[in-house]
Amino acid sequence: MTKMIDFQTDPSKYRHWRVEYEGDIATLYMDVDENGGLFEGYQLKLNSYDLGVDIELNDVVQRMRFEHPEVKVVVMKSGKDKVFCAGANIRMLGGATHAHKVNFCKFTNETRNTFEAAEADSGQKYIAAVKGACAGGGYELALACNYIMLTDDSSSNVSLPEVPLLAVLPGTGGLTRVTDKRKVRRDLADVFCSVEEGVKGKRAVDWRLVDEAVPNSKFDTVVAERARQFADAAAAKAAKGITLGPLNRTIAEDGSVTYSLVEIAVDRAARRATITLHGPDRDVPASTDALVAEGDQSWMLRLVREFEDAILHLRLNEMELGLWVFRTQGDADAVLAHEAFMLANKDHWLANEILQLWKRTLKRVDVTSRSIATLVEHGSCFAGPLAELIWAGDRSYMMEDEFEGDNRPIATVRLSEGNFGTYPMGNDITRLQTRFLAEPEHVEALKGHIGEEIEADSARDLGLITYAFDDIDWDDEIRIFMEERASFSPDAMTGLEANIRFAGPETMETRIFGRLTAWQNWIFNRPNATGTDGALQRYGTGVRGDYNMQRV
Amino acid sequence: MLDLINVSYDTLIPNNVGLSTDKRVLKALEKWHPGYINWWNDLIPDNFQKSLVYLRTAVSVDPKGWAKFDYVKMPEYRWGILLAPQVEGRTIPCGEHAGQPAWQEVPGEYRNMLKRLIVIQGDTEPASVEQQRFLGRTAPSLYDMRNLFQVNVEEGRHLWAMVYLLHKYFGADGREEADDLLRRQSGSEEAPRMLGAFNEETPDWLSFFMFTYFTDRDGKMQLESLAQSGFDPLSRTCRFMLTEEAHHMFVGETGVGRTIERTCQIMAENGIDDPYDIEKIRSFGVIDLPTIQKKLNLHYTLSLDLFGQEVSTNAANAFNSGIKGRYMESRIDDDHKLTNATYPVWDMVDGQLVRHEVPALTAINMRLRDDYSRDAAGGVGRWNKIIEKAGIAFEMKLPHEAFNRKIGVFANHNFNPEGQLVSGAEFDKGINDWLPNKADGDFIQSLMNPVYEPGKYASWISPPKVGIDNKPGDFEYVKLHMA
Repeated sequence: MTKMIDFQTDPSKYRHWRVEYEGDIATLYMDVDENGGLFEGYQLKLNSYDLGVDIELNDVVQRMRFEHPEVKVVVMKSGKDKVFCAGANIRMLGGATHAHKVNFCKFTNETRNTFEAAEADSGQKYIAAVKGACAGGGYELALACNYIMLTDDSSSNVSLPEVPLLAVLPGTGGLTRVTDKRKVRRDLADVFCSVEEGVKGKRAVDWRLVDEAVPNSKFDTVVAERARQFADAAAAKAAKGITLGPLNRTIAEDGSVTYSLVEIAVDRAARRATITLHGPDRDVPASTDALVAEGDQSWMLRLVREFEDAILHLRLNEMELGLWVFRTQGDADAVLAHEAFMLANKDHWLANEILQLWKRTLKRVDVTSRSIATLVEHGSCFAGPLAELIWAGDRSYMMEDEFEGDNRPIATVRLSEGNFGTYPMGNDITRLQTRFLAEPEHVEALKGHIGEEIEADSARDLGLITYAFDDIDWDDEIRIFMEERASFSPDAMTGLEANIRFAGPETMETRIFGRLTAWQNWIFNRPNATGTDGALQRYGTGVRGDYNMQRV
Repeated sequence: MLDLINVSYDTLIPNNVGLSTDKRVLKALEKWHPGYINWWNDLIPDNFQKSLVYLRTAVSVDPKGWAKFDYVKMPEYRWGILLAPQVEGRTIPCGEHAGQPAWQEVPGEYRNMLKRLIVIQGDTEPASVEQQRFLGRTAPSLYDMRNLFQVNVEEGRHLWAMVYLLHKYFGADGREEADDLLRRQSGSEEAPRMLGAFNEETPDWLSFFMFTYFTDRDGKMQLESLAQSGFDPLSRTCRFMLTEEAHHMFVGETGVGRTIERTCQIMAENGIDDPYDIEKIRSFGVIDLPTIQKKLNLHYTLSLDLFGQEVSTNAANAFNSGIKGRYMESRIDDDHKLTNATYPVWDMVDGQLVRHEVPALTAINMRLRDDYSRDAAGGVGRWNKIIEKAGIAFEMKLPHEAFNRKIGVFANHNFNPEGQLVSGAEFDKGINDWLPNKADGDFIQSLMNPVYEPGKYASWISPPKVGIDNKPGDFEYVKLHMA
């Protein structure tokens, strides 16, 4: 699997999904093209999915928010008879490298989180209207919806058959949502997750697996009624959205990537990607009308879209670049002004969507399995949302005092009101709260520094950065850190970072990315699942997996 | 009427499974039985329920006991639970456990797979009764009406057989599934039967004959492979069901044969040589041979769809676990494990139809379908003998298996009955010659007038050569209750 995976798409290119818009209700049909797999060697039968299918879904969800703010309810349905969705394609999983499987799961998990959060963040409620078999990843799609309706035709069911069938876990949030979101009793969850055929009808309601089981003949009517009811209960936000045009992106031969506001420089020998984000190249919109008129070109939106694409591109297509270095360049005052405009207008749908997209994109950084260092250099603009990158990274280095021959403005960190609640992590607290877990009062004290130009020595004293170095030490210290980092085992690094980045409270999200994902990735490496005689490899041959019966 | 409160199951249900001492199953059956009787009463039109039908009842599995003929009202039919005798020392015939002693209890690891197979098989049995519920009103003779009801009560018994297995071996889950077998209904919007072909109404008697010939033959093949199961009670149940299934196929084959015979006779009597002189042939109240061929095309291809995907994981799992064997497994000369064997299956590669080798384990469905096609060809040959004897230049043919398919590799492609890929336009042009259209259906429907006088037959069908239970031609097979 070496071809480049492009995360950019648009409705004209969809092969697996279609959306019908009718006023404030949208119907989202999953109708996977069997022959539309991202790679060779498998067919996407029975609405099974691969990364390509999920890339489209991610695009649908994103566009729903920005292009269709009038939509209040999204009904997710199957475009096929007799099957809602059969889950992730097993042959694709069987043939995929470990790294692809892990990244596939991470992206699908992020997409599930995204439409799950759409109700709270954007006032768009997702209903799963399940008719036919809804198995494994199919049920995980439904689980991430805000409301699940199942037809009661005495054969449609929901199931998580991964354990008995494939010797892996329902790893796209399935196990976690069953217990943490649906709050299914643990013994019933145990039964549910070990029977292949799943649960149907009234029992599915009794066990809390679905919200409603509806007589088959009335199914479409009741789904429509429910959608209407939910839509009527939600406030209208806007009649018309903006258009998300294609990103302006150039990929050079050496792998470096240039967008309008983001640059990725690649140093393969050092296994390093340096990602530079640029400050505002245009003024703060004069009004929310002006913001809407700017469409996808306003600075905060353009930057975050490009940044998100850069993250996804590097994750899937550049797996050997184990160290990401974040830089910024630009006018910190302008960054703060743009953010202040959004914060002041966060009740406006588009300003809200832009801030929410920042939140989600910063979360993508948190769960990225790369070492991340942030360099706060002269001329940089680590302010407000960009300052979050300092605390999202594993370490940060800041230039102290003037550097010879460098006439850029002195490096500062700039706090904003946004750093105290607008961009929470998966653990539901801010990066600053997570950083200063032992001293919540320090976070309070930091509020007193909002807007201040915090130079290196104060930043170090306030605990906002890891190290500050002057002209004499800088180059050497940075070089040594990077060389050391690049020499460690990538696996140990991934494990280390994933553990210490998420101090503080557990949430469903941290449990999915931490506990569930970690166990799944362990199982993905075990012969019982992925060995040549393992269940995943043997699936479809008729021969069962040959298990090593030792409990580890 | 049946007294539902004081049922003596020991005498009511002929059985060889020790029902009277099996408290668990008795208790389950007591709960299930009223629902079954309601289902039956709701299903078949009332005047037929009250009629006396000359039916064969199986009261034991020995040659003397399995075919007792007598008049009985259908709701009072004694649906028995009968398993073929246990074979001493029987072993699992195939898959990774081949050679080990056959299971007398459900192996835990295969419980779900077994249950699913039994439920799917069980779901088809009442479905066909539902599909055929109104045919009594247009029976071409009392002989045929009796055959219809015989098929119906035996499908009902086959449902009992599957329900017994669910009750006996699958605990609470099994009881729930048994209830759902009565909850689903053919063609119901609320809860349809599991397989598509079993949700279509059987609109006329030619369809019924075609159904019993082609679709019941799929049932036979499924039973044949379940008869090879390593789970001995399932195997024994299916082996006994097969003896009854043979009668259903007999009804189908002779029904179509008698229809053909009558057409040939009328053509000869009226000096018609050209089998395609359709209007003229139809004017004598018989069904022309090309229309019969079209019905054959339809039912054969619908039945092929019941075999599922050519390459199937579920079928491979079922074979390898020893739950379901191949047709005549014990007579096949190989290792019965299919470790390295291959089997040629159809596939579409770059728009071309090719047959290529795949691991035989995954091609179990394809192989069974091939066996089915060979099996189905036999009767077609005998129909052609009738036509040949009448000196008419016409030959019935099984269409190519790619034609008119909705499931498997041929689905979503246009093939003609010869198996050539044709354009959509060509297909639309040919369809009237290949499959029955509405006018054909209307014509057949116009012939469906009941004949209730003993020994008399409708215009479009010949009398049988021999009566059931060697009864004479004017025997009153059904004593109709006409309220």
